[in-house]
Amino acid sequence: MKYWRKPLDIDRVKIPKGELHILWERCKGCGYCVEFCPKDVLELSLEFNSKGYHPPIVKNGTTCVHCQLCEVLCPEFAIYCVLKNEKEQAHES
Amino acid sequence: MKAEPSEKIQTKAKAQVVLENNQLHPLSEWLRMERIPHIWCSTCGIGTAVTCFIEAIKKSQIPREDIVVVSGIGCSGRIAGYIKLDSFHTTHGRAVPFAVGLKLAKPKLKVVVFSGDGDLISIGGNHFIHTARRNLDITVLCINNFIYAMTGGQLAPTTPLTAVATTAPYGSYENPFNLPLLAASCGANYVARWTVLHVRQLTNAINEALNKKGFSFIEIICPCTTHYARKNKLGTGLDLMKFYHDNSEIAHGADVRDVDIQFQSKIKVGKFIDIEKPSYLDQYNQYLQQKLGKNFKPYGVTNEKEH
Amino acid sequence: MKADPVGVLTGMHYLDGDKACAEGGIAAGCRFFAGYPITPSTEVAERVAERFPLVGGMFIQMEDELASITAVLGAAWAGVKSMTVTSGPGFSLMMENIGLGAMLETPCVVVNVQRGGPSTGLPTLPGQADMMQAKWGSHGDYEIIALSPNSPQECFDLTITAFNFSEKYRVPVLFMMDECVGHMTEKVIIPEADKIEITPRRFTSKKPGQYLPYEPNKDLVPDMVEAGNGYFFHITGLTHDERGYPDMSWQTQEKCVHRLVDKIRKNSDDIYLYEEENFEKAEIVVISYGITSRVALRGIQLAQADGIKNIGHLRLITVWPFPEKVIRKLASKIKVFVVPEMNYGQMVLEVERCAGGQCKTLLVPHGGGTVHKPECIYEAIKEAIK
Repeated sequence: MKYWRKPLDIDRVKIPKGELHILWERCKGCGYCVEFCPKDVLELSLEFNSKGYHPPIVKNGTTCVHCQLCEVLCPEFAIYCVLKNEKEQAHES
Repeated sequence: MKAEPSEKIQTKAKAQVVLENNQLHPLSEWLRMERIPHIWCSTCGIGTAVTCFIEAIKKSQIPREDIVVVSGIGCSGRIAGYIKLDSFHTTHGRAVPFAVGLKLAKPKLKVVVFSGDGDLISIGGNHFIHTARRNLDITVLCINNFIYAMTGGQLAPTTPLTAVATTAPYGSYENPFNLPLLAASCGANYVARWTVLHVRQLTNAINEALNKKGFSFIEIICPCTTHYARKNKLGTGLDLMKFYHDNSEIAHGADVRDVDIQFQSKIKVGKFIDIEKPSYLDQYNQYLQQKLGKNFKPYGVTNEKEH
Repeated sequence: MKADPVGVLTGMHYLDGDKACAEGGIAAGCRFFAGYPITPSTEVAERVAERFPLVGGMFIQMEDELASITAVLGAAWAGVKSMTVTSGPGFSLMMENIGLGAMLETPCVVVNVQRGGPSTGLPTLPGQADMMQAKWGSHGDYEIIALSPNSPQECFDLTITAFNFSEKYRVPVLFMMDECVGHMTEKVIIPEADKIEITPRRFTSKKPGQYLPYEPNKDLVPDMVEAGNGYFFHITGLTHDERGYPDMSWQTQEKCVHRLVDKIRKNSDDIYLYEEENFEKAEIVVISYGITSRVALRGIQLAQADGIKNIGHLRLITVWPFPEKVIRKLASKIKVFVVPEMNYGQMVLEVERCAGGQCKTLLVPHGGGTVHKPECIYEAIKEAIK
């Protein structure tokens, strides 16, 4: 992230990272999560699930900040986000 | 959308998609999982409203066994069937009096009526206005999709002028209700409107409404793909959500007379009314105590407090 | 179990049928009442409004009859005995939700103080023309229990019986009074609380997670539950399975609705209440109910004074389920049933059906507005012996 000056608490505040879990068969391909994710993490896959819908897939997992907007917005209870613990985050970066 | 080869999806580390069909969704313990997936269409917003409701219950810290959900008939009427609380799926328009019976018989219950615009305001209109007038301590969440969706897309009392429905094939020429105005004029203690896009604000509003004494009413604007959007050539529910994104104005405290919705007009959302008036049971107990003195046996205010 | 002394006004009173019915409800443990004023039933609501604040009950005058019956169902599911009261036009309005009460298997009592009909009819005058509506009023297949009192004392006693039946069979019970009995003032003796038998609600002893709202016991009646106790149950008016979840298939319809109907039909021996007189030697039996039964007794007296012997009298107290066995048995022995009723032929159709052609049936109709003249019934008996 670009700052015009470095925030004083940048060493203390950690930006959370989330791991997305998508319930592939439950999704009805509405596209809410894709459209409204503030970090542009998701996109609709070209694959179908058995109902004929295109569930989302993660296109850029490193930018997910565990805001959980997709989790609350999903009408099908088909996506949720799990907070990555510090070890996993360290492994990522 | 770029083409994604299927092998990428299978690689957990890279794509971070876990393909699972088990019940680990965090809301699993709040839903009747044996009935999921639910019957609502793809891009219908009712599921989102249910998620916001459950998040609000969790936040409100009201004991789970005290919360009761009552629904009527319609797409929104099916909500009671999916939530794992004491829930009742009653007849068309009669969710509110059923809730009144539940609340008055056992005042410690927190009774929530979760139903649709046609059910609550058309056939249930009489019950709605009287219960608001009495300021009974129940919370009414009205899913407003501007149409009678379950039965195939007929005209609703909230359908905007010129919108098309199956019983108004040339467009509606009837003036619709302004629901916040209706609730406020009947004397509700709390009146708010949010769309299903405003998930955080809606969750907070439901939480406030649950903890508010007296009659609280939240109008939840919700997209209906199969009927309202399709018949009026508005795209899918996703297009309606984008419309809410671009056209809703947060107007806390706005005058309820100015918050009516025209066809594809700006939608004013926010908390419009938040007043403190004594609820029905408060007035009942206070007044009769005064009149009857020690002969009066107060109802329901023994060791069980009203929520 | 015995009645709660708080609600029982023990003693000798001079009450009209409406007030006696209200007292009966309170004695039976009713603590929720939602109603809408309609002549001639308003006195019940007024009495309840006066008494409930003193006995810890909740009275609310709802905005219409539809709200009243629905609130009564809601209160029943919150664990409280509840009742409502109405007359003909309100009874018609309540029909959808009486059907809901039957489908959800909700214990409650609906009192209909019948008046002249149809439509607005004769608000202040008696009638008995809602009898078939009590059974068939709501759509679909279902069974309810209906009782018919003929005096204020019976209004008190049978209201308690009505509540007991509703708890025992988890069904709405319709209490079919008429304006005459409702507005007639007579001596009513209210016994002490420990002499009044009350059937308590049969709450489940199973734990949450094991309890199913529609799992029947041997008597085909499921155990009841109360909202707010952590059972997290779901009930619906749609055709449902034992869990209470909607399941719209013909197999579930057969299972769910057939049991609703059998619940009453198979237990009907326990529910039949009637008074019989002079059955052994009877050749003519007069069948009557409600206020007409009192006039019928006078009619029989006149006929006996005229030398007509062998007249029996069957007074129906339980009107629905109809006491078929009694009628069938009698029909094989006697010559004629004489059925006076304050309508143009309702219960007589059931009598004819059950008689099955074994004997004749003679209706003594009356449009309502006043009771029969005893002479009419006497004439009918004379006609019958020809």
